[in-house]
Amino acid sequence: MSSAQVTEEVIRPPQPPGPVKWVQDNLFNNWFNSLLTVILLPVVFFALVNVILWVFTTADWRPVTKFPMLFAVGQYPREELWRVGVGLSSIILMLGASWGKWGGLLRSISIATGIFFAFFTVLPVQHPALDLSMRLYLGLNVLLLLFGNWIGQKKTVKGSYIVIGWAIVPFMFVFLLTGLEGSEFIPSVATTFWGGLLVTFLLSAGGIILSFPIGLLLALGRRSTLPVVKVFSTIMIEGIRGVPLITILFMFSIILALFLPADSRIDRLVRALMAVTFFSAAYTAENVRGGLAAVPNGQIEAAKAVGMNGFQTMLFIVLPQAIRAVLPAIVGQFIALFKDTTLVVIVGINDLLGIGRSVINSDPEFVQLQMEVYIFIAVIYWIFSYLMSLASNRLEAAMGIRTRL
Amino acid sequence: MASTKPIGQQSSAIPFYRDERILKIIAQVVSTLIIVGFLIWAVLNFLQAAEARNMTLTFGFLKEAAGFPISNPPIEYDPSMTFGRAFFVGLVNTLLVSVTGIIAATILGTFVALARLSSNWLLSRIAIVFIEFNRNIPLLVLLFILYFVVLGQLPQVNDSIVLPGPIYLNRRGIYLTWPRLTESGTPFVILLGIGIVLAIIAFITLRRRREISGQNTYYTQISLGILIVSGILGFIFSGGNPFQLSVPELQGFNFQGGLRLTPEFAGMFIGLTIYTAAFIAEVVRAGIQAVDRGQIEAARAVGLSTMQVLSLVVMPQALRVIIPPMISQYLNLTKNSSLALAIGFQDVFSVGKIAINQAGRAVPVFALVMLTYLSLSLLTSFVLNLYNRRIQFVTR
Repeated sequence: MSSAQVTEEVIRPPQPPGPVKWVQDNLFNNWFNSLLTVILLPVVFFALVNVILWVFTTADWRPVTKFPMLFAVGQYPREELWRVGVGLSSIILMLGASWGKWGGLLRSISIATGIFFAFFTVLPVQHPALDLSMRLYLGLNVLLLLFGNWIGQKKTVKGSYIVIGWAIVPFMFVFLLTGLEGSEFIPSVATTFWGGLLVTFLLSAGGIILSFPIGLLLALGRRSTLPVVKVFSTIMIEGIRGVPLITILFMFSIILALFLPADSRIDRLVRALMAVTFFSAAYTAENVRGGLAAVPNGQIEAAKAVGMNGFQTMLFIVLPQAIRAVLPAIVGQFIALFKDTTLVVIVGINDLLGIGRSVINSDPEFVQLQMEVYIFIAVIYWIFSYLMSLASNRLEAAMGIRTRL
Repeated sequence: MASTKPIGQQSSAIPFYRDERILKIIAQVVSTLIIVGFLIWAVLNFLQAAEARNMTLTFGFLKEAAGFPISNPPIEYDPSMTFGRAFFVGLVNTLLVSVTGIIAATILGTFVALARLSSNWLLSRIAIVFIEFNRNIPLLVLLFILYFVVLGQLPQVNDSIVLPGPIYLNRRGIYLTWPRLTESGTPFVILLGIGIVLAIIAFITLRRRREISGQNTYYTQISLGILIVSGILGFIFSGGNPFQLSVPELQGFNFQGGLRLTPEFAGMFIGLTIYTAAFIAEVVRAGIQAVDRGQIEAARAVGLSTMQVLSLVVMPQALRVIIPPMISQYLNLTKNSSLALAIGFQDVFSVGKIAINQAGRAVPVFALVMLTYLSLSLLTSFVLNLYNRRIQFVTR
């Protein structure tokens, strides 16, 4: 009997450390840490209490809650708002389909998006922007997400269909937003009316999508054996990396017009997009170049030995390995680009921050409420940047970058 | 029969459109033509526009009177001085905010990194919150919060916030108590300068002798001694008071004395510092974590003291990892200082922007601004890369 008891005692797994032990280990493990804890604890406590009190009682969120649509789409004509809605819904549908097809990280993003829309559908407050039709639209998006998921799970829908869909959606969205000159159904809307989160997203997404291939070409150009191509790419990359983004933005918005034929006009949003794209491409090029250098020569020789030509070697052997190696850096650059789009405020484009500025200046009462507006904007940027870095971490883990390289 | 040709002759018969050497030359020529053609097209357009709008392409205006004021210039300036001078004032402002920002961000970033690695859970959480907050919001939003909200809503001069020091915070800026050189303080500065040079020379020569001979030459102690002795000598020769604390005092409607930081400078400085410190903290953390624990244990095992472990084993290896990304953070800070335009601090770019708005100078002014930033970047990365090359592993 007694021997059986002893064995039982030996087999029992170690007790998980209790809360007292945890506090001892992490807050009071030596005299210096104990001192730090004693000093920091009240400071943190009062800071937290004050922040919570400010957010829920002192802060006056009227500037934000009064113009929610202004922050979302700027001055985009309200009677044409359905075009933004259709564009957004098609993205939601594609997101749902991708969730159904691939799952993983897309599942978390989809669920978060769905909860966001569902929350505003049933939010029990009276607000002019949140009328019945808006609530119906938001609810419809939740259904679209689920419908997309159902489509994506079908065996007959191939992954390539969804990729093609993703390639079409941006063009459709931009086409819907700009509209057609003289059309009754979708009259053209000048980009001066676009604003808010819409412009921030357009600039970021456009910049990311366009800067990547340009950066790739510049990186390959810099490694080229042709002196002209190499020198040109190097000058482009180092020239852009050596100056601040704001100078590039000004160059495209003021100087560029002087170097084009007198009658040519490029839309100012497009000029800002070009500036952001070229700026980001130079940094992407340097990241990709680092990845290219990391691909062992044996890989290229092996590809040549099995009869691949230079183009095939680059596309199927070198680039996939190079990009995988530097993916975290590339995503980091995309996050930087997203944050850098705020600089277009300085050339007079009303992105999210620009709308915030004009809301503050619209009412003398709101000048005292700047903190609320900037905190609201900072939180939006923070959420999206943080989500992107989270996605980057998940992608790294999924691709085994940390373990297999 | 054609098929009986020897192999050698077959290879010489490769058609020109498949010969790699010829293809490369053609590619070069085509790409040159495209680039040069595009440039000529742009320049032709530009010449047309320049003629139509009566624009200058020369830098002659640098000698003309600028005609616009600069608030709180760090060096003597008034609107009757030349544009070249105005540009120089802007450059001094850029350098001022960049250099002070780099120093402060490095110190703050290192502390945050150490806090992040602390075994105290609370402290490391605070560090994480600081890092993640700053890394994920745009710098411009941070600058707006600092300048328009924090500094912009400070009280009027008469009811300034007083911090120990004394430091006065009010709408007109931050007034610090600051040591100023007295009239008899010159010998102190001269002697201290000589002392610093001598100490560096002693440090380098004695350390080299130690590395060659293996004898202990006490290089740290001797160079520190030289520094302290020269300081004391300077103190005596300057009559015992080389410095005087200049305390800001309210006189009439404004503060006199002390060191005044304008709200614009303070906003730029604080914003750049805490934003960059968050990035530097991650760089330093990665560097420290890159040093293998076995290295520290081995160093302890051969009997090195804690200080020696840090200075001879940990730091040299951590610095190899830290320096390259640190260089790019310093460059980022310098380039980000151009956001000064948004809050009215007049740096190179803001001064250039005013000049652009004056008729017809856009292109030369723009070239000047871009070249300034380019040479600042290239110069910084050149100097720091020299240092980087010295401390990296020598690979065979």
